[in-house]
Amino acid sequence: MYLFIVCVSTAKDVTYICPFIGPVRGSLTVTNYRLFFRCTDREPVFGLDLPLGALSRAEKIGAATSRGDVSYGLVCKDMRNLRFVHKELEDSLKKSAFEVLMKFAFPVSNNMSLFAFEYKQVFPENGWKVYDPLAEYKRQGLPNESWRISKVNDHYELCDSYPAALFVPVTITDEELRRVFSFRAKGRIPVLSWIHPESQAAVVRASQPMVGQNGRRCKEDEKLLQAIMDANAQSHKLFIFDARPSVNAAANKMKGGGYESEDAYQNAELVFLDIHNIHVMRESLRKLKEVVYPNIEESHWLSNLESTHWLEHIKLILAGALRIADKVESGKTSVVVHCSDGWDRTPQLTSLALIMLDSHYRTIRGFQILLEKEWLSFGHRFQQRVGHGDRNHTDADRSPIFLQFIDCVWQMTRQFPAAFEFNEYFLITILDHLYSCLFGTFLCNSEQQRLKEEVPKRTVSLWSFVNSQLEEFVNPLYVHYPSHVLFPTVGIRHLQLWVTYYIRWNPRMRPQEPVHQRYKELLAKRAELQKRVEELQREAANRTASSSSERAGSPTRSITPVQTFV
Amino acid sequence: MLSLGSGGAKSTKPSFVSYVTPEEIKAEKDPPKKEKHPDLLPGEVEFCSANPILKYSQDDLSQHGVFGTLFCTNFRVTFISDETPQEKTAKTFKNKLYGEKNDIPLMCVDHIYGVYDEKRKLITGGLVKNKYPSKMIIHCKDLRVFQFCLTFTKEEDAKKIFQGIAHHCLEEKSLKCVFAFSYMGTPSPGTDLSFCREMLRKQETIMFDSPEDWTQEMKRTKANCRLVIENKNFELSQRLPKYFVIPLAIGDLFSYQGKGLPIWCWSHYSGCALFKASFPPVTQEDGDFQKHLETMINAVAHNYLYSVKTEDLSESLPNIQDIQQSYNKFKQFFLIENSTDFWLSDVKWFSSLESSGWLDIIRQCLQKAVEVVECLEKDNTNVLITEEEGTDLCCVISSLAQIMLDPYYRTLMGFQSLVQKEWVAGCHAFLDRCNHLHQKDKECHSPVFLLFLECVWQLVQQHSPAFQFSETYLTVLSDSVHVPIFSTFLFNSAHHREGVMKAESPLAQSGPLSCPTVWDWSVQFDSKAQNFFYNPLYSEKVKHEKAVRKPHKPKHQRQLSLPSTAFKTPLKKGFFKDETDSLKKMLQVKRLSRWMGSPDSPAATTREFYESWQHRPVDYHGLLLPCLDGPAVRVWMQRYLRWIPEVYILGGGSVAMTTKLMELLSQVQDLKRVLEQRDTSQAAKIDHRPYIQHRLLSFGSSGRLSSSFPFAYTRNRSFKPIIPTGLMQRLMVTDSLASQEDEASSVASFV
Repeated sequence: MYLFIVCVSTAKDVTYICPFIGPVRGSLTVTNYRLFFRCTDREPVFGLDLPLGALSRAEKIGAATSRGDVSYGLVCKDMRNLRFVHKELEDSLKKSAFEVLMKFAFPVSNNMSLFAFEYKQVFPENGWKVYDPLAEYKRQGLPNESWRISKVNDHYELCDSYPAALFVPVTITDEELRRVFSFRAKGRIPVLSWIHPESQAAVVRASQPMVGQNGRRCKEDEKLLQAIMDANAQSHKLFIFDARPSVNAAANKMKGGGYESEDAYQNAELVFLDIHNIHVMRESLRKLKEVVYPNIEESHWLSNLESTHWLEHIKLILAGALRIADKVESGKTSVVVHCSDGWDRTPQLTSLALIMLDSHYRTIRGFQILLEKEWLSFGHRFQQRVGHGDRNHTDADRSPIFLQFIDCVWQMTRQFPAAFEFNEYFLITILDHLYSCLFGTFLCNSEQQRLKEEVPKRTVSLWSFVNSQLEEFVNPLYVHYPSHVLFPTVGIRHLQLWVTYYIRWNPRMRPQEPVHQRYKELLAKRAELQKRVEELQREAANRTASSSSERAGSPTRSITPVQTFV
Repeated sequence: MLSLGSGGAKSTKPSFVSYVTPEEIKAEKDPPKKEKHPDLLPGEVEFCSANPILKYSQDDLSQHGVFGTLFCTNFRVTFISDETPQEKTAKTFKNKLYGEKNDIPLMCVDHIYGVYDEKRKLITGGLVKNKYPSKMIIHCKDLRVFQFCLTFTKEEDAKKIFQGIAHHCLEEKSLKCVFAFSYMGTPSPGTDLSFCREMLRKQETIMFDSPEDWTQEMKRTKANCRLVIENKNFELSQRLPKYFVIPLAIGDLFSYQGKGLPIWCWSHYSGCALFKASFPPVTQEDGDFQKHLETMINAVAHNYLYSVKTEDLSESLPNIQDIQQSYNKFKQFFLIENSTDFWLSDVKWFSSLESSGWLDIIRQCLQKAVEVVECLEKDNTNVLITEEEGTDLCCVISSLAQIMLDPYYRTLMGFQSLVQKEWVAGCHAFLDRCNHLHQKDKECHSPVFLLFLECVWQLVQQHSPAFQFSETYLTVLSDSVHVPIFSTFLFNSAHHREGVMKAESPLAQSGPLSCPTVWDWSVQFDSKAQNFFYNPLYSEKVKHEKAVRKPHKPKHQRQLSLPSTAFKTPLKKGFFKDETDSLKKMLQVKRLSRWMGSPDSPAATTREFYESWQHRPVDYHGLLLPCLDGPAVRVWMQRYLRWIPEVYILGGGSVAMTTKLMELLSQVQDLKRVLEQRDTSQAAKIDHRPYIQHRLLSFGSSGRLSSSFPFAYTRNRSFKPIIPTGLMQRLMVTDSLASQEDEASSVASFV
């Protein structure tokens, strides 16, 4: 199945200390892609299959004990920890299995390439073709009389973390844009993300202005924001959403950053959304893992969950996106969204707001486009935030920003069970391959880097895999409402911990049979019946055709045509 | 200070600050002379009324409202708006007895608060006398909250209505004053035809008020026990049902007024059975009584293989006062008066829930029921559960165990029969526990029946396809407890019921009494609305398949999920267990054990039991066990959040899914029908499954229904997102992380 997998080493008689069922003895195989543990003595057969990319930390725990056991602890990015024990003094083969593991788990630290570059599976679909920026903007009706495409960043000279294709108001020249580049942090200037098909209210994303302590101003930046407002005739106001808590935004002035003053930006209203930074989020997830893995303390479950603040952060992000979507939809007002650099909280907010506003992004392919656009092309630093193949697990740049976004999407799918074309398994698959390093999709930090590394040429896209077996990822209850805005409820009372992701390793939390299965059965039954009806209809038609055509409106005609979902 | 344009209303106290904008006051400058009156139910009498009263609308963030007349009748408190009624939208789910928007059955009132000079006070008897509050807040037992402003009406009217409502809702009263006794005196409404249909429907719910019902139930479960008819006239005990079933081995019925008598609940196909009994605490000196109890336990052991486990529920579960206290705390989180309260409490939501302990009590009850199930299913041991009265937690645990074991009780009719068997015929003291009469004695109030419904809801949400009824059904049932019309929830025991009914019957001139039971759902809902009681996901048993496989089985036969041996032995100690089992059988040793004495903790063994069950293939018609881990026990969102506009999901929620499923099912059904029409050669009957009627429901723009559907149906609700107020969270991030830069390069020292 996996091409270019090297079966590197196998060790027998290794014990896996399972936190749920106790020690399990079996054989451990390590390849350059994954770790595979199997125990055939048990009923049912016990297996463990883990891509090495999911490892965040792997180490020998303590010295050999008096009994000569050596134990290895593996900390995973996907909310579990594994522990293996084996006898030290036996043949060298076993030892090598773990040595190989250490080597292949962190290829980047060992100056090797990630497995995605070795993986050569061929799929019927080419996922790299899913996102074509111009086609996507064209779907939104762009360019139009107010918005144009600018080639100013064609070779990533002005901003290496932005995409090549940028949409800006027609009234702003490239020359003016160049000046704005120097005024926005990391050159991430305000550019269009999405435009409302009717009101022309736009969602614009950026990074913080480099205001500094002295209140620096940039008249081109002010003009750009004014132009963004003017591009929407429906409203004479512009909302600037700063994702940060106001205290942090103010503190950024010390380092040259800051936020737009309402003096400099006439008609603009600044709103802080109080979302915390990557370090707070990382810490929150760490606490969450402590609470859910391996064991859940029943009597204090709820207060423990509260103390992680995880759902509170989710609430704030969703609430922020909701306010943005509301301003655009109900207020018909254009909005500018930024945080500090505009590559963490900003894509969280814009992509969630876009999912609320545009039903296209709730389809499987639309969601892929959304990720490609808002996250990948606009330079969310996946390499840094996930730390692909990097041994340095304490790296302060790591943070579960993308996971948090997917969690928010999951919360929305719970609240609107018929509004999304994809199912929960689709979201989990994306997260699993965020870490697996099997596909090239989430590698590198920006579009520019991916091109430089020739990622699209040398690796397979996750969407090739997904789009070649869509039926796995389809929500059987999906109803397509074309122009339907979703406003989720953000109260903690309606937010749930995503048990099937965060606690999926706990066998007790697994349902006997997912309800999903029931839906599929129903759909299958309908399809089967429909087929039979059609057969009979055909048969009847043949019969009546020979006699006469008097019964044009036969009862079978009156049945509403049934769409097929699967 | 406000002065009202007309109507002669006295000016209010100077200290009163109006919440109402002047425009709103102007709106009622012309008080309608032609008074509106509520449509009274047969037997309903109006006590008093007052106009104009301002009713604050709940789903509005500001303190706006509508003017109208507030009435108090012998059935309800009702508000009628002065505004001309808006065009009636076809509401699919409407209670025929009372409207959810403006009617509060007297029995449904939980607490009344008065706002005096901006201070909120709980209204008790003493406060009613002279002063009346400017604002009256009513908390209902179904968790609705109403707010009325009394300052616009005449002082005497305001006083009268306030005192009237306070009196009828809060003062202790006699059972005869309950509306059911006025209501049932009138001939039952509706045509004969519908009455006949009702009778037919009723017949399906087994009432367990005749010896035949019990005989039938014993036959169904293949029980080998004895039906007792000696208590027909309550000579044996007034706390016992008229008819009940006991182990064969009991000879002496008449000692100790039936105390300690093991009442049969249900028999497992293996032969072992579940019994419950009232065991009063025994003192050391009372040797005779102790001996009596021993005899009783022995009799249970005789039922099957001389083994019995007894469990004193009052030892291992919270008592009824604990349950009451916990629920009182819990419900406060849902009685929300305004948006600010809502968002403030949202921050501490999880820890508040935990501090009430309510979810934990639910977990404990389910856990205990699983222990009972384990004994019956795995060990094939007779089980005797006891408590002092034998009619509270015994009912909870025995009903839960039966639902887990017997798929018949997961059908709608089966479930109703179960409630009849264990709770109504089983003499649960509904009247005292629900405090229908507002007795001062607080000791005996406790939401035990609600606790049972909560536990059932947990099972329903975890194993939806196994249940024929929906969560809406459970919610409606929990509301119906407080509708003072149904005989089901009005009495403390069978003896009590019979006594009252006999005494009351001369009052009703027209023949026998016809106080409806709650199962007569047509009293509250038309058949279209009743469709919401059925779960569209229910995985119905395929009938012909069964007929092929087990043609000899009678109709109500439970499916024997697996041979019990396949499930009997846990891996660890399997060998010894088998050996002792056979030894036991050979020697017929009496085994009297208590849970407490067993080596493993009950939680650990049930864990193992759960896990081995989990590994078996899914069988919705076999044994069903709940997952009890922290995240699996949830809040019954529909019941508790349905009246809170801040949590409505417009166009979403489970209703979106239900609608889609119903659509799907109706398509399947249509296709089937077409097939059958085509199939002229065979006059096969159409499968009339009840839930298929769902196709009749047209949700129209289902995309715009709110998650609270079918409750809190709001017509003209604007499609606006609910944005948290006070979003500036005091999210306490105390460490230094919050102030750090996103870019780690500037904080190299960070670890």
